[in-house]
Amino acid sequence: MNEAVAAAFRDEWGQVVATLIGLTGDWDLAEECAQDAFVAATDRWARDGVPRKPGAWLTTTARNRALDRLRRDKIGAVKLRELAVLPVGDEPPPEIADDRLRLIFTCAHPALAFDARVALTLRTLAGLTTPEIARAFVVPEATMAQRLVRAKRKIRNAGIPYRVPPAELLPARVSSVLGVLYLLFNEGYAASEGTNLVRQNLSAEAIRLARVLVSLLPGEPEAEGLLALMLLHDARRASRVSPAGALVTLDDQDRSLWSASGIAAGLSLLETALRRGAPGPYQVQAAIAACHASAPTAAATDWAQIASLYGELSKFVPSPVVALNRAVAVAMAEGPAAGLALVDGLAASGELAGYHLLPATRADLLRRLSRHAEAADAYRTAIELATSEPEKRYLTGRLAQVSAAH
Amino acid sequence: MRYLLLIGGEDDQTTDATSKDVCDAADAMAWTEEMTRRRVLLTGEVLRPPSDATTVRVRDGEVLLADGPFAETKEQMGGFSVIECANLDEALEIAAAHPVARYGMVEVRPIWE
Repeated sequence: MNEAVAAAFRDEWGQVVATLIGLTGDWDLAEECAQDAFVAATDRWARDGVPRKPGAWLTTTARNRALDRLRRDKIGAVKLRELAVLPVGDEPPPEIADDRLRLIFTCAHPALAFDARVALTLRTLAGLTTPEIARAFVVPEATMAQRLVRAKRKIRNAGIPYRVPPAELLPARVSSVLGVLYLLFNEGYAASEGTNLVRQNLSAEAIRLARVLVSLLPGEPEAEGLLALMLLHDARRASRVSPAGALVTLDDQDRSLWSASGIAAGLSLLETALRRGAPGPYQVQAAIAACHASAPTAAATDWAQIASLYGELSKFVPSPVVALNRAVAVAMAEGPAAGLALVDGLAASGELAGYHLLPATRADLLRRLSRHAEAADAYRTAIELATSEPEKRYLTGRLAQVSAAH
Repeated sequence: MRYLLLIGGEDDQTTDATSKDVCDAADAMAWTEEMTRRRVLLTGEVLRPPSDATTVRVRDGEVLLADGPFAETKEQMGGFSVIECANLDEALEIAAAHPVARYGMVEVRPIWE
């Protein structure tokens, strides 16, 4: 693929597929014809130059391809009648609306299994191939192909409507869409050494889709909040892993590596969202990320503010993980003993049994209280439970430190 | 589209309430009335308990009978409705409005058209 086609693929794939689904109601046909249009573009654009509106050219080409296919196909006759009202030619009819919002909501329909929503979003909106999605989620290709086939079949057979949900359903459905995008972002963000590039690319796809969502749903503060959150996290990407592949925690990160423009974009978007006066969990998380991102040094971090924001967050998301994060912030604001009391309370509740960050946090607080023997025990438990290699290495390093200290 | 609503819950031995009692309750009657008025309810029936069911198989020409329902699960169907509506979103809204959904469950199954 030449550069212009590659760029168009990134920017226009979702739009072309969304429009074709809108016109034909057939997800497979839509994908195949979109694919054909991009193949055609590789030849034509190299010969005749890149058209003035690449997206319109691609949509028209894909639509004409669908017309051809349906003409040859008897079952296509009904769909064809609907398509035929559209003029045929190289200039797209101006009434082809942006169908991506309908596609976004349909892919994230809560009647689909969560992993199917994620896969479908990557395939139809982001244009990742089935093998790429399979690699990103470390499942066999056949499993991923089956997941996509099943999801598309259910959309068709169960009558999942291809539409932007009506007002009464909108809040719940927006939150489902945001959930899919946030998972994509986190899958990519957590990926570092030991994983593949496709996986790291998920964060960029999530940001791209969140931008589309923000532009299509103007005035939706949680969508803005999610995008702000992603931008603020992403701005710190370069400093998260050392050249040797080791995980670098926030207070050890080289802040000169942070992207100032990324942080500025995140902060300004968050401000826009908060000004709408309808706070939600993504805005609060973005506000927490903003506290970190705008602190000139780790020591200058406003931990009291962060602790209070985690308190806010737990009202929206009453989860023990949020409570654990709040305990960490309290430890930073009021001292390790105050944090440890909260962590021990959580440990006693048993809600986070098996979660490596619980003993890792305890270990860290015990270390700061110079209770080295207890800290070492907690580090050992955390190492056993940790699943990623950089995290295991980080914890092992800490264990060596406290073991040397006593 | 048409959907079958399988209305049921856990086959609970601790209560004497039958599916008939549930369906005769005021809230269930109100649901039936409302859905009839909206012209989405095509038909529906209340079922006798699974203990009154007989399951039939024919193998090698022989009729095999078993006492009880074909799925020995904790969740059992107590009644069903057939609805006709625009799409799954509307079907889900109708199912969610059924009083049994608040303590039991309603499976929304599209009918093969």
